[in-house]
Amino acid sequence: MIGGTVKVHNVSKNFGTTQVLKDIKLEINAGEFFSLLGPSGCGKTTLLRIIAGFEIPTSGDILLDNESVINKAPNERHVNTIFQNYALFPHLTVFENVAFSLRLKKIDKNIIKSRVAEYVNLVRLQEHINKYPAQLSGGQRQRVSIARALINEPRVLLLDEPLSALDAKLRQDLLMELDRIHDIIGITFIYVTHDQEEAMSVSDRIAVMQEGNLLQVGTPFEIYESPADMFVADFIGASNNIEGKVIEVTENRAYIETPDIGRITVDLDKKLKASDHIKVTLRPEKIHISKKAPSLDSPKWNCISGKVDQMVYTGSHTRFIIKTEHGRVFKTFKQHAQYFTDEEPIQWEDNVYMWWHADDSFIVEVNGNR
Amino acid sequence: MIKNYGQRYTFPIMVWLTVFFVIPFSIILVGSFLEKGLYGGFEPAFSIEAYKALMSDTMRKVTLNTIFISVATTVLTVLLALPTAYHIARSPYKEKLLFLVIIPFWTNFLIRIFAWIAVLGNNGLVNNFFVNIGIFNSPVQLLYNKWAIILIMIYTSLPFAILPLYAVIEKFDFSLLEAARDLGATKSQSMFKILIPLILPGISTAVLFTFIPAFGNFAIPDIVGGTDVRMLGNIINERLKTARNWPSAAAISMILTTISVVMVLLFNRIISSKERKIGGNI
Ligand SMILES: Nc1ncnc2c1ncn2[C@@H]1O[C@H](COP(=O)(O)OP(=O)(O)OP(=O)(O)O)[C@@H](O)[C@H]1O
Ligand SMILES: [Mg+2]
Repeated sequence: MIGGTVKVHNVSKNFGTTQVLKDIKLEINAGEFFSLLGPSGCGKTTLLRIIAGFEIPTSGDILLDNESVINKAPNERHVNTIFQNYALFPHLTVFENVAFSLRLKKIDKNIIKSRVAEYVNLVRLQEHINKYPAQLSGGQRQRVSIARALINEPRVLLLDEPLSALDAKLRQDLLMELDRIHDIIGITFIYVTHDQEEAMSVSDRIAVMQEGNLLQVGTPFEIYESPADMFVADFIGASNNIEGKVIEVTENRAYIETPDIGRITVDLDKKLKASDHIKVTLRPEKIHISKKAPSLDSPKWNCISGKVDQMVYTGSHTRFIIKTEHGRVFKTFKQHAQYFTDEEPIQWEDNVYMWWHADDSFIVEVNGNR
Repeated sequence: MIKNYGQRYTFPIMVWLTVFFVIPFSIILVGSFLEKGLYGGFEPAFSIEAYKALMSDTMRKVTLNTIFISVATTVLTVLLALPTAYHIARSPYKEKLLFLVIIPFWTNFLIRIFAWIAVLGNNGLVNNFFVNIGIFNSPVQLLYNKWAIILIMIYTSLPFAILPLYAVIEKFDFSLLEAARDLGATKSQSMFKILIPLILPGISTAVLFTFIPAFGNFAIPDIVGGTDVRMLGNIINERLKTARNWPSAAAISMILTTISVVMVLLFNRIISSKERKIGGNI
């Protein structure tokens, strides 16, 4: 089975006087695992419901496989939805829930039986096939709803925060399960979540939304390494934001004067000229940290010092909050890849050096523009 | 030590049932097997006269009439109440609409029935309207038939059907309907396969709240049924007050009770065979 394509064509949606979707343009490829990511209330569910046909956009169009479906009812679209609260039919067994769409099509009983068995096996619920939803755990219920949707052989599967009601461990397992199912079935998945880690780990591409706007669409790598604006930088992973004024631009880098950490140098991710005002993001894992002053071989390194304000030991790594002498706070961490006996461990209140390479920061905004 | 607390806690309800149900029922049961007193009341002598007298054509006709009227009333009432309750439950103005359903209770029952005479009578609103615009040449007899009784019974029982239906529909998870639509069901398929099975308890309450009062009703057929259409309730009333034959009235009451109990049991059978084990809500 191969998935369908989805085109969201300048879709806007108003509820009363509030505009919850603002001219959304989006193209989702066949077979893609595509995530819609954004904070609560940004319009993810609304966009998904418009694709499914439960809401009509105020303006714009939805194309499935290049065909407008805006005038089609939900039952006429080759799209199925996995609901956040599962929406299983409580009066029907697992078997009957999964068989629901086939029964509507008046398919032969024996075929229904074997098809249901096939999809119940796919989500590994064989032993529970005769139970009622109330007799299942949360994770099992969500599996039933996945099987119930997939048996319909949709071109596109819409998933609205399907894991948010589950605990962390189960969420991880079921996410891998979804990824496995996506690989087997091969249809297009549109996955709504506000959990950036979830989105990063399984998606081919991610769309980041905020207050009804689409901020950036790209691969997890692109979104993480070259965020379109400060909101995306902050929303996806932790970020240290540095602001400053360009004082000199050379062939391959620029010098920036910052109010709190002095002069730093950055790579020319964007075109700069002197006296531009820029915002830079620096990921915590790009910062090196040590009590000993580093010997830096190239002028492309930046080095500042500060004091350990907080540290959190998490086993695999330790997270630090470092405060510079101007009171500026930096997030960073140190991986415990090797157990260094010769190096003295960093403690609270220690003075430390932090250094990073100009190539490892990213210029997000220039004079307020992306 | 485990005591049987259950019995202690149910004691009040046992008293209640005895005083208001078992004792009156026993009096009527016993009374139906006694002889009639000369001016009403009972003579303490065993007799099955009252039951023998029931084997008449009139009684058969009245019984069938009663069953027909109350079944028709129940079916139509529930069919009207279902969509009404559904739309109230889904409306943003549910409280206000529910209030409108309850308002008629503020007016006396008999006054509301007489109001229908003002609407349907020969000189009533409907006839005047159609005569005036020239569709009827002369007033048409709308009252004093089965359908007038059914219409007014529907009117009086609608709130009793709407309220229990509203109660279950309001708690219903409407995302289940979206899920059904999403899985390919049409609007009506989603209603019949998902909504109706899940609100069966409410439907069964609505049916009982409509059927039982309709079956024993005598005021409505008395006022708008005329001399042609009588129900069991009218006959009981007449035996008691006009014929002063208390044993006969008691015997007919027994028939009325028996038929309605049988109807209720039958109906519950159908419902519970449909209402499969759900095992709680999720
Ligand atoms: N039926 C509705 N009527 C009015 N406003 C609505 C309706 N549905 C959603 N909204 C509003 O639209 C905005 C977007 O809602 P939406 O449910 O799409 O957010 P979301 O991104 O899915 O959030 P969450 O992550 O919390 O699920 C919210 O401000 C919400 O209050
Ligand atoms: Mg949502």
